[in-house]
Amino acid sequence: MTYQDKPKAGLTRRGFMIAAGATGAISMGYGLLPSGAHAAGHGGMISPSMFFDIHADGAVTVHVAKAEMGQHVGTALAQVLAEELDCGWENINIKYVGFDPRHGLHITGGSWSVNWTFDALSRAGAAGKIALLEAAAAKLGGTAADYTAVDGVISGSGGKVTYGELAADGIEARQLSEDEMKALVLKAPADRKLIGKPVPALDIPDKVRGKAMYGIDASLPGMVYAVPVPAPVRYGASVTAVDDSAAKAIPGYEQHVIVTDPLGTQTGFVMAIANSYWAAKQAGDALKITYDLGPNAAVTLADIHAENDRLIASGENSRLVLNDGDADAAMGGAEDMHEATYSTGMNIHAPLEPMNCTVEIKDGVYDIHAGNQFQTLLMGLIGALGVAPENIRFHQYVLGGGFGRRLDCDYVVQACLTAQAIGKPVKMIYSREVDMQMDFTRPAATIKMEAGLKGGKIDAWKSTSASAWASARQAPAFLAPDLSGDEEKKYDGFAVNGADHWYTMANQKILLTMNEVAQGALPPGHLRSVGPGWQFFAVESFIDELAAKTGTDPLEMRLSLLDGAGKNAGGAERLKNVLSQVAERAGYGTAQAAGTAIGLSAVSAQERGSPSWTACAANVTVNADGSYKVNKLTIASDVGTVVNPNGVLAQISGSAMWGLSITSLEEGVFEEGAIQHLNFDSYTPARMSDLPEIDAFLVPSDNYPTGCGEPGTTAVAPAIANAIATATGARVRSLPITAAKVKAAM
Amino acid sequence: MKSLVVNGAAAKIDLPDGTPLLWAVREALNLTGTKFGCGAGLCGACTVHVNGKAVRSCQTAINSLADGDEITTIEGLDPAGEHPLQLAWIEEQVPQCGYCQSGQIMQAAELLASNSNPTDDEITAHMAGNLCRCMTYDRIQTAIKRAAKA
Repeated sequence: MTYQDKPKAGLTRRGFMIAAGATGAISMGYGLLPSGAHAAGHGGMISPSMFFDIHADGAVTVHVAKAEMGQHVGTALAQVLAEELDCGWENINIKYVGFDPRHGLHITGGSWSVNWTFDALSRAGAAGKIALLEAAAAKLGGTAADYTAVDGVISGSGGKVTYGELAADGIEARQLSEDEMKALVLKAPADRKLIGKPVPALDIPDKVRGKAMYGIDASLPGMVYAVPVPAPVRYGASVTAVDDSAAKAIPGYEQHVIVTDPLGTQTGFVMAIANSYWAAKQAGDALKITYDLGPNAAVTLADIHAENDRLIASGENSRLVLNDGDADAAMGGAEDMHEATYSTGMNIHAPLEPMNCTVEIKDGVYDIHAGNQFQTLLMGLIGALGVAPENIRFHQYVLGGGFGRRLDCDYVVQACLTAQAIGKPVKMIYSREVDMQMDFTRPAATIKMEAGLKGGKIDAWKSTSASAWASARQAPAFLAPDLSGDEEKKYDGFAVNGADHWYTMANQKILLTMNEVAQGALPPGHLRSVGPGWQFFAVESFIDELAAKTGTDPLEMRLSLLDGAGKNAGGAERLKNVLSQVAERAGYGTAQAAGTAIGLSAVSAQERGSPSWTACAANVTVNADGSYKVNKLTIASDVGTVVNPNGVLAQISGSAMWGLSITSLEEGVFEEGAIQHLNFDSYTPARMSDLPEIDAFLVPSDNYPTGCGEPGTTAVAPAIANAIATATGARVRSLPITAAKVKAAM
Repeated sequence: MKSLVVNGAAAKIDLPDGTPLLWAVREALNLTGTKFGCGAGLCGACTVHVNGKAVRSCQTAINSLADGDEITTIEGLDPAGEHPLQLAWIEEQVPQCGYCQSGQIMQAAELLASNSNPTDDEITAHMAGNLCRCMTYDRIQTAIKRAAKA
């Protein structure tokens, strides 16, 4: 269920390399040489820099291997490194890494970025400082212990020298062994100068001046434009004929390309090629295309939910994910039972920058320009097209929204295939219509919850869910064997994270099944908050239902279940603390006007291995017609050590609004095998007018940092559902929560 | 051929009738700060000023403009990039992904040009057509109020 064994940068390397040379720069990274080998520091850079370079002018360039998609991740990672390097914040600049296998699994997602890199970047900075102090001592006399570094200036017994001056002169190569790296003593929290400070984000100034370069802003000499025409079904169609006679009347139209994607990342695409986006779009609209619609042309969202229900009822192909105690026996011996089935609809990512990719193929070398969250996958897919890794150069741009959509690389594959077909550099842009219709959506999930009660307490807890599994389609290596002992029985942890909550249960069982109908017809993606987005909706709604059934206050029930017993030690207490603070700050328990109530939730998203302790209180007023208004969201997280509090608060607020948008405003329609949305008129994320009062705050702690981009999203839906149920008695168990559903449940 | 004044400089645009101003600005003039979001006037990412009025450039055909019309994009809002809204956007750390923010700022600039002290409701009404998928609306509101006071 957890993924702590993923290859995190810096934890499995053989040692740290500090190399310098005649280039007037110092580069630092993990060495490729065997531990103990002597590295010569002459004749240019011998170790390609992995983490950072120091230049002769004192500038420090931090190599950011994570995608910048709004989380200001480059700023946070640079803060971590600069804290230990003591190079001075004003000397810092950042550069985004295209692809570098030394960073391990090259991915930005899961709210993992700081969690995965905090330790490695801290140690890289500390090691760099040691090498520089030693170099200063060699130059000025004495030993490293005679010197101290402050903001890129080293001073001590022999005088002063700057990092830049050392870089200009070059320093002797220095290698730290893995043991030495581990033994580095990092700063105590009280001594930190950058971590914990709301340093202004480095990517923001360009973004308010129109200067930030997104993938869609890439430009290559001689390039043409490609706009795909989407097939009439989401997946499985193939093109049988194209008549472009009408398109030929569009000025600038050049040709069309039927894309045959051997990897199947998309199906049925026809590209219109022209000398501008507009001409390509017009030409695409004018193409007369006939299709074989394939096997999924009749599938609807209702069919997918029906299949979820069938799988849950039959137990067919289910995977055993957790089995503490004996939930079935305890259920059999229960004095009372409660059961509820929850479901979620389909959600579309719709980042504001549509998918796009610009490609030039020259002498067999692919220069790929795009914004992407999952370079390891990108390299694998383009490699699978027959391109050797050394012939792929991926140029990373800032992302006009990721939200998990750019974990997929279909748009890169389509652009590369198009460039191959036409023999020219090409900039391919999905129209908004294509972007919506060909999204890898958040899967429609169904979660059946069962509890056995004894003496008014929960004695057995069972969760059985079904959905499409994004990992099975996108990255099967992420699938893990279940508890059956049969290695072939694998499951997608990302679809079930959250079901393994931190409430103490004597007997608990979790089952999960993949929905093959959905898998084929409506290929699932990872959408901000992923599995915890639907699992916590079920868990936290169900807790409130059990509180109502047993006559317990929902807050009291949560606090008593978060007792930190057994495997929940160390975590449950932190969640309890956050929940208590949120409840108090939101005025939980105080009298509310008629039709108004406060609903709570407490979550540990995204994973048990990297939980951010998050609680939400939604203050909601429900009207007689079932419509409702979210008056206020009070939300807080304990993410451990906070690197940049302003950035974390922005993520908590933004993710909470995502949660509200998914809960109340975004209703995806899937009929006749097709996503029935073309644009933002029918698929309607929150606008400014939907903004409630948001009180977001941090619950500080000195624990190892976890993420903040997604957990807030998971906490909102159940809090709103619980508020509505408390205010009116109407328990809505499916997302989105529409006025019609509330009215029907009243 | 259309003779426009773009960010204070003469610009001749020779594109087929019907071509949206958005693509003229982005592709012909290489001013990429103006963004393509929806192509349907539904998101506001492409907002620019035509003679001081905020318009959706994806819905403004080149041939609907008159010779001499003054176009202002995010790059030309202030010569130094220090319009009070841009400074307030930095001060309040508004952008996340940032893709919609050129349009947000251009839309807000139209409001402040005619209303130096907008209320929350006036801000919300004026900004209703501008989508921010990162949901930075709370900070946008705060930044507009900060800029209004500047």
